[in-house]
This record gives sequence, C-alpha cells and structure tokens, in this order.
Amino acid sequence: MSRESRPEGGLLDAGLEGLSHNFLTGTLEELVKWARSHSVMPATFGLACCAIEMMAAGGPHYDLSRYGMETFRASPRQADLMIVAGRVSQKMAPVLRQIYDQMMEPKWVISMGVCASSGGMFNNYAIVQGVDQIVPVDVYAPGCPPSPETLMHAILTLHQQIRDGELTRRPGHGAGIVIEQVGAPGSTPVALGRN
Amino acid sequence: MTTTHDTPTNLAQTDEGAQELTSRDVIAGAERLRELGAVLRLSEAEALDAELAQAPDEETMIINMGPQHPSTHGVLRLMLELQGETVLRCKPVIGYLHTGMERTGETLTYLQGPTNVTRMDYAAPLFTELAFSLTVEKLLDIEVPERAVWIRMLMTEMNRISSHLLFMATNGMDLGAVSMMLYGWREREEALRFLQEVTGLRMNHNYIRPGGVAADLPDGWRDGVLRLLDMLPPRLAEYDTLMTNQPIWRERLQGVGVISAEECLALGVTGPILRSTGYAWDLRRDMPYLAFDEVDFDVVVGSYGDCFDRFAIRLAEIRESMKIVRQCLEKMPKGDYRIQDKKVTPPPRARIDESMEALIHHFKIFTEGFKVPEGEAYVSIESPRGELGCYIVSDGSSNPYRMHVRAPSFVNLQTLPHLMHGNLVADAVAIISSVDPILGEVDR
Amino acid sequence: MTDEAAQDGAGAEGSAATPAPEELFGAPLTRSGGQLVLHPSREQYPLLLRTLHEAGYLSIIDLTGVDYLTHPGRSGLPASVAPERFEVVVNLINHRERARLRLRLQIPADDARLASAIDLYPGTEAMERETFDMFGIEFDGHPDLTRILMPEDWPGHPLRKDYDPGRIPVQFKGAPANR
Ligand code: SF4
Repeated sequence: MSRESRPEGGLLDAGLEGLSHNFLTGTLEELVKWARSHSVMPATFGLACCAIEMMAAGGPHYDLSRYGMETFRASPRQADLMIVAGRVSQKMAPVLRQIYDQMMEPKWVISMGVCASSGGMFNNYAIVQGVDQIVPVDVYAPGCPPSPETLMHAILTLHQQIRDGELTRRPGHGAGIVIEQVGAPGSTPVALGRN
Repeated sequence: MTTTHDTPTNLAQTDEGAQELTSRDVIAGAERLRELGAVLRLSEAEALDAELAQAPDEETMIINMGPQHPSTHGVLRLMLELQGETVLRCKPVIGYLHTGMERTGETLTYLQGPTNVTRMDYAAPLFTELAFSLTVEKLLDIEVPERAVWIRMLMTEMNRISSHLLFMATNGMDLGAVSMMLYGWREREEALRFLQEVTGLRMNHNYIRPGGVAADLPDGWRDGVLRLLDMLPPRLAEYDTLMTNQPIWRERLQGVGVISAEECLALGVTGPILRSTGYAWDLRRDMPYLAFDEVDFDVVVGSYGDCFDRFAIRLAEIRESMKIVRQCLEKMPKGDYRIQDKKVTPPPRARIDESMEALIHHFKIFTEGFKVPEGEAYVSIESPRGELGCYIVSDGSSNPYRMHVRAPSFVNLQTLPHLMHGNLVADAVAIISSVDPILGEVDR
Repeated sequence: MTDEAAQDGAGAEGSAATPAPEELFGAPLTRSGGQLVLHPSREQYPLLLRTLHEAGYLSIIDLTGVDYLTHPGRSGLPASVAPERFEVVVNLINHRERARLRLRLQIPADDARLASAIDLYPGTEAMERETFDMFGIEFDGHPDLTRILMPEDWPGHPLRKDYDPGRIPVQFKGAPANR
C-alpha cells in the first residue's frame, strides 16, 4: 500500500485497479490479531524482586522496545497486559484484582516468577499461592527471578498466543482455576485469615 | 486510585480501615502531633494550634497514592492530606508485600536460611545474607577464614555499587530525568555481570552462607573487577555533568525534604539519610565488622539533610566503594573460602565419590542441617540503606527459633511524614525517591 | 567471647551459681556473645528508658518480640527473672560511646501489654505496631496501635507459635467487575 504505487487520481477514481501491487489481503480477524500482537502495552505492576528484573528488561541492555513493548503505562486504563512481577500478598490481592478489572478488554496477564505463579518458596499465611487464583493467567514465566531473557520469551509466547488465538474470546482461562469466593458453596471454611 | 472523603462504594474493597489516614476531627492531639511530623518539636497543645488546625476540614483533601503507583518504588501506599498543593499530613500504609519471611525462616534450616533472607532487600541481597550468616556464626562461635572475609567484603561492596546505581536510575526516573535511568541501568548491568560470574545469579544470590561463601572466586575474577573499576569513573563523571551540576536537578532537590540529625537519631534512622544531616555514622567505620578496619575509605556526610545531599552522598559512596574494592583486590589472601569445620561445612564434591562417610555427612548436612547452640544474638552491618540487623534466637535445634531482621527501610520510612510536611505535592516523589525504600525489606 | 557463649549454653543454673548478679542501670545484666543484655521488669521499663536516654542511648534501633511458647526453659535469663511466654527485645545504641545495649522484657501471656516508648523514642512507632500486629502485644500510650503489615480485618497474630504458618486457602473479597 505504498504511496508511490498509487496512480494519479488515487483510489477513488481508479478503484482497485489502481492497486496493482504492494497490498495484502487477509481476513479482518487476522489483521486485527496481527495489529494487537504488535501493540501490547503493559501496565507497571512491579511487586517485588521480579519487578527489578522487569525494569532491567526495559533497560538499555535488554531493550524491550525492539518488540514494541517498552511503553509501560502507569494507568491500568491504558494498558492491556498486566505483568504480575513478584509475590502477591493477601493484602495486595484485592488491589491486584481491582486493577485487573480496571483494564480494558482485550487484556492479558503474564505471571512472572515462581512467586506469582505458585507462591514459590513462600508457602505461608501471607502469600497468595498463585496469582491464577485471582486473575486468569495467559503465560507463566518460571524462575526466581526470571532473567530478562525469560521474560522476553514469555512476552514472545504471548504475542504468538494473541496471533493464534481467537479474536473475541480469550484463549483458555489461565490455569483453569476458578476464583473461589468466600462463602461460595463447596469452598473450605477457613479458620485463619481474612473473613 | 484516588479516594476523597466520600469513598466510592466500589473502592471500599481495598480498604484497610484503621490503618489509613484518619480524618482530623477524630484524632487526638498526640496523634495529630505525630502526623504533623512534629513529635520532636512541638508540645501537644502547640500542635493543636498549629497551622493545620487553622485549615478547616473542607479545605483539605486526602489523596491516596499507591499501592500501584509508578513512583512509589513498588507497593508503598501513601495517604496525603493536601491543602491546595501543600502536604499537611502524610501517612505511609505498608504491608502490601508482607511475605511472612520471618515465619518462613523458622521452618528452614540455618543452611537454607540465606535463600530466604536474600529475597528481602532485592537491590542489595548480599547484605541480608551477610547479616544472617554473621549472626549464625556468632551463635556457633566460629571464625571464618581470612579469604572468606575478604571475598565477603569484595562482594558486598560490589553489591553496594550496584544498589546505589539502581538508586541513581530510579531517582532520575522519578524526577523525569529519563536518560539517567537508562545510564543507571546500563552501569548496573555491568556490575551484575560480575556478580553473576561469581555467584551464578543476577540477584537473590544465596552466596554468603554461614561458615563462608558458597564458592571460591572464579578464574579471571580480577579482570572482571578491573574492567568495572576502569569503566565506572568516566561514567560517574558523566553523572556529575548530567545531574550534579545541572541547575534543574539542583532546583528540584536542594532544600527539599529537610531533616535534622536530632530527628534522625530519635527516629532511629540510619544510613545515607542520617549522614546527609552531617552526622558521620557508618557501621563500617564505627563498629567495624569483617575486615573494614583494615581498609581505607571515607565516610561521606552532607550538611543540609535535604534530598540533594542524599543523592550526592550515594554518588560519592559509589566512589568510596570502588576504593574498598580496589583494596580488596590487592589484599585478597589465599586460603579457604569457607570454614573447614565438619559440623558446618559439607565435604568437598571430590571426597563424596570416594568415601561413604563423606556421602552420609553431606546428606545429613543438607537434610537435617547443623545444630546451633542455644542462645540469642543480634548482629548488624551497614547496608546501602542503613543499619541492617539480624536477631536470631536458637533453641539448640537446626532451625532458628525466631529470626528477625531489622530492616533499615522499614525504620527509614518513618521519616516520610516529617520530610513531607509543608512541602509541595510535586516534591513528594522526590522525597520518596531520596529515602530509597525497598519494599521487600519494609514488609518482609 | 568464647567463655560467655559457653556460659549461655550452660543454662539458667549457670547464671544462678554466680554469687552477686551483675546489675546495670538498676536492672539485672547478662552477657550474650559479648553483647550486654539487660532484663528489666515491665514496671521498670519506662523509667529505665529515661535513664538510658540521659546516658546517651539516643536511638532505639530495633524493637521486636519473641514467643517462647514451645521453648519455655530458655537459658540466658538471670535467676531473678521469671520467664514468661512473650519477650519484647529492644536494641539501643549509644552513638557517642559506640555501645549497644539490649533489653529483654518478660511479658506474660494473659496480660500482654507494655508501656510504649514512643514519647522518648518516636522511632519505635512502626516497630511497636509491627510487634502488635505479629504477636498481639499491646503498647499502652501508643497513639495509633493498628495492624501495620497484615490487612486490618485479619484474625490472629502470625508470628505466635500457635498460629499455623502453613498455607491457607486464598480468599478474595468478591469484587464485582467494575469497568
Ligand atoms: S519469584 Fe523470586 S525473584 Fe520473583 S518475587 Fe518471588 S522471590 Fe522474588
């Protein structure tokens, strides 16, 4: 669709004839997914040690901007990817969910590091054992902390998922774990913790 | 992200109730005094008449900053009461990263302990490991070999450099000097490269362990150190051009967030904040640990106690650390990198293949751990943020009975109400940044 | 350093055998690994702090608690001090003389409270709140004794030994999606 190839008079006069070369066709769906996968804007959601590595990935050495990912948005309203970088505490969980809810669809979540993915080495009263209990996760990045390379791999995996997935329905629901509501039928009664 | 007096109902879900800033008509004089940041200066009666009392409730606004905010260094949450653009009161609400590490530490053996504590201060992980190891060694009453001591010094000073470089980057970023952020990260990567060469990890090293260090320095480590030492001075000169001597930078930092030495001492504040007031207090010099009494370095102090002094002190401390690193390079003794005490150290890998006894010993140390005599001890070191202490109570088993870490950021955070009071809300970010809190350490 | 550590290991009888118990600032004194430890009573505590402040101990560097529920017969206490379930451990520092001092205060379980040090040492504000949050020890005179690390509506005090450290099912206050 380059400008030079356009004959005098432009598209309106010449119609499709004018576009003798340099254009591509595709289903609308493919194009939208292609565009989406190249314009992901992550929200800054640094929690703990992993956040330092996430910032390092944005730094000059690893240069996240070559994937078009460097625009970390401060406001969740402008972001469509949440990189949960670090351990999620019981106190943080409601905040995290609220921020997730504030993000616009379509939205994706990368769970960065073992703490966010499964609680990691902190299997205790304070840490949520896997952020997938609160929000649906698309890609898990393993490691403690995952090196910036691992994060990049997770991001590229996510790009691939966006391109291959469905347009309107998001692929899968994270780990398939449903949010357990307090007092929901079948949930274990809790002796300790928040009530 | 903002709450005013009438909180929308849907925001109530992330409410922390009484931990938040209470409105002024319900708090008593004493507390008003504290939140004014005037505990040290005014009597209670005076505080009631202070300028705050003259501002009627309707003229002030409480805004909520964080816990998800790009410039609060992670998950710090501040509630600020503003009158116009002036901050009247400020209250940090913390705990959003509470990890229960002190409790987890009770379930891990002494050998596993550093894995846990290293995740507290993630900008300077080697320091927490060092404090923990020194405390355990004090309880065991053992002395580590010379070489281990010097390796520990070398590594922690390297870590101090990388931590202060991180501060340079974030401080620049918070104040809008984005290119500074890129430079800070660039240099930090170089420092991390050396740490990775030695420990195998970029952060959370678990390198310093009770009884010594995990591994000897690799071949060619001197080249790595020298490369860094040669590279840094011109880059630091670049920082001076870019920041220290730059009028905008000075305007934004000088005279902002002033604190006095008396206030710092009363609040238990340590580290660059205390030194910025002109009070020369550095545990490396005043209560030496490791072999810091054998190296030559200066304790850098400021004179005004403002944000600029705190920035300049950290920049100068990078240079001091480089001095120490250079001396470590010269004085590094030969010998063992960990204590050869059967009780504490696992046998070397080669012996395990030959001797059944060594194999059993190895297995026992890693499954059961070693026993530490009953008692309690508190050991503290100078981390990049101040006094980092570790208090361990042992009941004679192989797990600590109680493990507590005195985190400098946790205490230093108490200065925020004092520093913020009367400043513009635009300076709030500069002040948070200059306190340099690491939230992993604050909440543990 | 070596002898003192050995003495520590010898247990309470060891210190009972010492003829005249050492005292400093009117409180029994012991040594642990070369560090000075005072064992004042709860009633002595506020006055002792005032004395210490005048003696140049200008900073409380650390204040924390220990729950000795499963380890009651600990050593290191002088004979005159009866062990209780909780202990509040206060670390002070004298910058001028470069000296440190540790206070160990016995707090009974059925009346877990202590006077707050906040008037003299405003820096204990957050530390006392943390000790309250983690152990449930109350500090009289603290202006704002609320939880600091755990959520406000959290039941129990996590660092108590009878608190289950293990995993608890994650709970989430059902927030409706509000977009
Ligand atoms: S996964 Fe490791 S590096 Fe990441 S937040 Fe957890 S402890 Fe820190």
